[in-house]
Amino acid sequence: MPKLVKDGAIVDNDWTLMAKPEGEAAEAKVPGGKVIVPLKVWQAQHDALAERSDIGVWLDTDETADELGDEAKRFPLVAVHFPAFADGRAFSTARLLRERFDFTGELRAVGYFLAEQACYLRRCGVNALDFGPEREHHLEPAIEALKDFTEYYQTSVDQPLPLFRRRAS
Amino acid sequence: MYIYDEYDRRIQGQRVKQFRAQMERYLDGQLEEAEFLPLRLQNGLYVQRLAPMLRICVPYGLLNSRQLRKLAHITRTYDKGYCHVSTRQNIQLNWPQLEEVPDILDELLEVEMHCNQTSGNCIRNTTTDQFAGVATDELVDPRPYCELIRQWSTFHPEFAFLPRKFKIAVSATEEDRAAIRVHDIGLQIVRNDAGELGFSVFVGGGLGRTPVVGSLINEFVPEQHLLTYLEAILRIYNQFGRRDNKFKARIKILVRAMTPDVFAEKVAAEWEHLKDGSATLTGEEIDRAKSYFTEPDYEAADDTAIQAEIDRLASENKAFSNWLKRNVRDHKKPGYAAVNLSLKPTGIAPGDITDRQLETLADLADTYSFGEVRTTHEQNMVLADVRKADLYDLWQKAKAAGFATPNIGTLTDLICCPGGDFCSLANAKSIPIAEAIQRQFDDMDYLYDLGNIDLNISGCMNACGHHHVGHIGILGVDKKGEEFYQVTLGGNSSNDASLGKVIGPSFNAEDMPGVVQKIIDVYVETRTEEEPFIDTVNRVGIAPFKERVYAKAS
Repeated sequence: MPKLVKDGAIVDNDWTLMAKPEGEAAEAKVPGGKVIVPLKVWQAQHDALAERSDIGVWLDTDETADELGDEAKRFPLVAVHFPAFADGRAFSTARLLRERFDFTGELRAVGYFLAEQACYLRRCGVNALDFGPEREHHLEPAIEALKDFTEYYQTSVDQPLPLFRRRAS
Repeated sequence: MYIYDEYDRRIQGQRVKQFRAQMERYLDGQLEEAEFLPLRLQNGLYVQRLAPMLRICVPYGLLNSRQLRKLAHITRTYDKGYCHVSTRQNIQLNWPQLEEVPDILDELLEVEMHCNQTSGNCIRNTTTDQFAGVATDELVDPRPYCELIRQWSTFHPEFAFLPRKFKIAVSATEEDRAAIRVHDIGLQIVRNDAGELGFSVFVGGGLGRTPVVGSLINEFVPEQHLLTYLEAILRIYNQFGRRDNKFKARIKILVRAMTPDVFAEKVAAEWEHLKDGSATLTGEEIDRAKSYFTEPDYEAADDTAIQAEIDRLASENKAFSNWLKRNVRDHKKPGYAAVNLSLKPTGIAPGDITDRQLETLADLADTYSFGEVRTTHEQNMVLADVRKADLYDLWQKAKAAGFATPNIGTLTDLICCPGGDFCSLANAKSIPIAEAIQRQFDDMDYLYDLGNIDLNISGCMNACGHHHVGHIGILGVDKKGEEFYQVTLGGNSSNDASLGKVIGPSFNAEDMPGVVQKIIDVYVETRTEEEPFIDTVNRVGIAPFKERVYAKAS
């Protein structure tokens, strides 16, 4: 079973990540079992998929949180995709899913990102890090990197009060 | 000056520890070169043409004498005994060893300094007027707001991987000395009709390949909303800024593509969600920030008597008189002055300073200016709070230390990037061009007659030498492996910011002093009485200059 980091520990990854379909999203075949489907597939097959409880959805880097919007709440899992680690759009997407659309399920980073980004991801609300089967050597360093900072200046998902409001008290 | 508390120390300590671990993983081969790249850049570490370069952050240009002594120690121990003041008020080491950088960061932490976000695609050091707090034309001291922005932007988890670098500048004076209209965000501190303090917000200015003057997107953001408004701008940029082409990734391209009006609407809509949230500044926090930038213990002084004595000394000593005129500036307090220490003597790379000079500077700061100095974006140093009664003594000591070249604001006080001698991005060398021009104009009386002229040199179109906004701009270009120089005229970084126009085909390095001489000759022949260079260029246009420069030898 492939592994990932969830809530600071290495656990089995029992979800399948469905790639973007080559053809029409409406015709793409969604496999059974726990599967994370592309946003477009969810939108195209909304009514059929809405009946399943083992469906998650993933947003690509150019898909914004409001494209899923309040519907995010119905999923047990939403993933944000990094095509490249230097593409930081997913940090905003993650934060908006948590803070604006009140998503409380598993928020997972997928794609090509670094263990070194774990702490900032956590602060933006990501609680699961899936580096993929070829990059599982990032799992242990990621657990360490989650703890890079324990104090912060700004507001974030994990610390809704800025330091200046806590300093004052 | 801001002083760390236990929180600041903890956060910064964790940062150094984090980078040490990242460096170890890189040296172990667990991180690839390309993966380590953004991590080291966000800690100020470049890999340059000849050696790594480390850019040390000087928040809004403020340094104390303890920090100067530490910098002297670092340049001596880890480098070749000198460092360089950059055009963004930071300090650069040209020859550190890669593996020693975490040790340098530990040393810097001891004096509350760091290299955070001095490079990379993140929010960089916020800059402001080098005369902040002592300027005569200032609405309020901008530095507390710079410090609030510094803390907000430091290790911001959402904005560490932006499309491109992001620079913020703040001005609180009528005369803009922080070049806010050529920054990604420029903030002008203003008071509204109700007497409340706030910010006029300019977005999308910048130099580089596509120079643009910033657009005003909000005339008045009340001060307590500063951080939420900035957060809204950054969030729009992070989501929608272009990432497909590095040369089109700055916010200026996004603002232009959307139009400033639509961009402003997007920001306003995002801000609706953030406004009045917990990141809204409290009165207590603004007061806390201000408490670090209170006035030093100024002595009451009889300005008239002191001025009479200075005038007497100046009448007897022309060199002192020249220095007073060019390098000394008015101060808001009677009996005090702000003093520019020039880092532009001919023959030294503009902005370079040695370990011994750093220590001398620390001593001068302790003796004459409450232990503080400022770096300037013109790559000089400023002692901001000097008793006028001490000016003569200070001048003599500054002269002995090589700081008293009386050329501030003149043609030879030129801005110059490190260029092809150091930088791997450069197309051409810039330091030798600077020196050749300084040698051409070595007559001080002639320089004074020419008055204020900004001459800016960049070794490539990334424009670290701000050539677009030089009254005279020089840009190094590469043509089939050979170095050439393109000349622009009419650029200006102050309130009526404008970008220089290219006068024509580029020149060889050896032609450059002669080209600048011809431009100056046209100015001297064309100017009306007391007309500064930039006004003459604006009045007559570039044609007469072009004609002279490209005239065939008869």
